[in-house]
Amino acid sequence: MAEIGTMRVKSGLAEMLKGGVIMDVTDAGQARIAEEAGACAVMALERVPADIRREGGVARMADPDKVIEIQETVSIPVMAKARIGHFVEAQILEALEVDYIDESEVLTPADTANHIDKWKFTVPFVCGCTNIGEALRRIGEGAAMIRTKGEAGTGDIVNAVTHMRSVFGSIKRLGAMDPDELYSEAKNLQAPVELVRWVAENGRLPVVTFTAGGIATPADAALCMQLGADGVFVGSGIFKSDNPSERAKAIVEATTHYNDAEILARVSRGLGDAMSGLSAAGLAPEELLETRGW
Amino acid sequence: MRIGVLAVQGNFREHEAMLRRLGAEPVEVRKPDELAGLDGLVVPGGESTTFMRLMKLYGLDEAIRTFEPPILGTCAGMIVLDRNHLGLADVEVDRNAYGRQVASFEADLRLAGDERPLRGVFIRAPRVRVTGDGVEVLAEHEGEPVLVRDGRIIVASFHPELTDDTRVHELFLDAVREALSVRA
Repeated sequence: MAEIGTMRVKSGLAEMLKGGVIMDVTDAGQARIAEEAGACAVMALERVPADIRREGGVARMADPDKVIEIQETVSIPVMAKARIGHFVEAQILEALEVDYIDESEVLTPADTANHIDKWKFTVPFVCGCTNIGEALRRIGEGAAMIRTKGEAGTGDIVNAVTHMRSVFGSIKRLGAMDPDELYSEAKNLQAPVELVRWVAENGRLPVVTFTAGGIATPADAALCMQLGADGVFVGSGIFKSDNPSERAKAIVEATTHYNDAEILARVSRGLGDAMSGLSAAGLAPEELLETRGW
Repeated sequence: MRIGVLAVQGNFREHEAMLRRLGAEPVEVRKPDELAGLDGLVVPGGESTTFMRLMKLYGLDEAIRTFEPPILGTCAGMIVLDRNHLGLADVEVDRNAYGRQVASFEADLRLAGDERPLRGVFIRAPRVRVTGDGVEVLAEHEGEPVLVRDGRIIVASFHPELTDDTRVHELFLDAVREALSVRA
């Protein structure tokens, strides 16, 4: 008997994306550039985070026509974003047969207390986190892949680094704890104790962990990989730069050869200007996307 | 035995863990010179378009074409080794032919000459459309080949590295040992 939608099948696709770059695209042309550059998947969306930030308004799931246009253009997996807690957007994206749903803080949240119950779906979900408690709550809700959030649409890597350091540092700390202490720690982290124990015993999150939010250069991508990310999401960093095709290729190459400084130096040359970006430290608290999610 | 694992993208670490469990020494391969002195090679799962681009950049595609020891390819690895890519396995393969991710599945398979079921995990899996003469079918799913051997090349449309079952990797390492004894 063939079984679909098992956790092994859901997390299995994330396993295949490892070591790769997932690129935000808004139309067929960008999707083609991403695939030709070697992206391992694309994220179909209406506006890249930098534009959402600039234009304001409510950010929602992409128009299904847009998703279909992108699916028809590329053979690599196509992901799409649903609003936090908006399980009907997720039902629609599942009906469109997207390969992964990103329950994303980049869109305007639809629920201020609850995330989507992701166990109910056959399609797998990726969710953002800023720390290990948030990551384990999302996995408890059925997320089959995690990405640290960073601060989307800024081109500033600092928050991505903070979030990775926090998650990977917490993993080490849990591993050093006495098993008796994990109950209390689970309470502190507001995370399921079974998952806290799993992390303490295995020294990693139970699902693939990418990083996102603020990656704008090949060096940024390699930094994330050296810090321990399984792969990277690049949003505005490619299509808000001077030369998207060359930059996309360079970021893919840097993600593979992240430990080879000579290759990193070569691929970093001649790319033109990166996205101009915003300093994340200069954003007002209400402008931060990373604080969305509970 | 030193076994290379193509590490340009994909789930190369699971293959490395499997090889280590079976007593082989895995070596990550990102550039052609890293193939020197290896007794075998694994092409893992991942995205075949990404693999092909990153291999071509450094001439790794040509280097693998002339690599003589046994090779195991799973999922994307099967595509990369097929007639239309590196041409090392005489099979024609359709990409993502079981459907998108919502159709990805797991199922029990029967290995030729083995009574115990083998759990096959199929992720946006390729489908073998044509097998050439001399290609041996080692496992089928619903009457279609999913694990085949063409001489020293073994390819699977599923992911044995995502389970704890080591039999497919053992089969591959047997081929490596055989090749080593012929050379010696």
